[in-house]
Amino acid sequence: MKLEYDVAAGDFTRAGFASSSIKKALKQLGVSPAVVKRVVIAVYEAEVNIVAHANGGRITADIEPDGINVVLADTGPGIPDVEKAMQKGFSTASKEVREMGFGAGMGLPNIKENADSLRIETEVGKGTTLYIYIKF
Amino acid sequence: MTVREIVEKLNLRVFSGAEGLDKEVTGGYVSDLLSDVMGFAKDGSVWVTLQTHKNVMAIAALKELAAVIIVKGFEPEDDAREVSDEEGIPILGSSEQTFELAGKIYNLLNP
Repeated sequence: MKLEYDVAAGDFTRAGFASSSIKKALKQLGVSPAVVKRVVIAVYEAEVNIVAHANGGRITADIEPDGINVVLADTGPGIPDVEKAMQKGFSTASKEVREMGFGAGMGLPNIKENADSLRIETEVGKGTTLYIYIKF
Repeated sequence: MTVREIVEKLNLRVFSGAEGLDKEVTGGYVSDLLSDVMGFAKDGSVWVTLQTHKNVMAIAALKELAAVIIVKGFEPEDDAREVSDEEGIPILGSSEQTFELAGKIYNLLNP
């Protein structure tokens, strides 16, 4: 099963829409609650990162019998130093975004801790693509 | 203990999501950082925060929390109340600050 979502930049009112829809699909398929919880955390964080940092992007979730592949591709500023971005507490979020309680530098660490595999392709000035895999 | 019992015992305001008042509360989480809650709150918890916007409810729904309690007399934004009603996850309010309120909830859940 393939699910696709467009994510608009800066639209926090829609943040979580894709994660919520993927969660519902996984629950309907009878995927174990423990796995669904991990998928929800990883996809929500990555979705919010597109809203907060990019100029927009696209989420593609491929649900297979033994696991889920989620590709989150954005056009945006890219990540100059991925290692730094992966550190807990590091964030480049704006003041406005932080005041909402986002931008605590926990997003990418949350994704890494909940994904069985995480690959980040990024080019400064072009955009970032996350490849998340979680097995069932 | 249900959300309703906590509301009655601590004299909380019910802003929205009254449909979920009979949900069972299994724990609590206190944080104003959304990714902290996203990563670490357990389902069935009440979430004590001073954040009032819609994303709080998106997270509460994704994490299947029992209720959100807003402290210090702050009130939820309208679109947050809408999600709360849709999802049946109550938004409650207290005039107390986080420390006092969390202590009381802790005592109720751990008699």
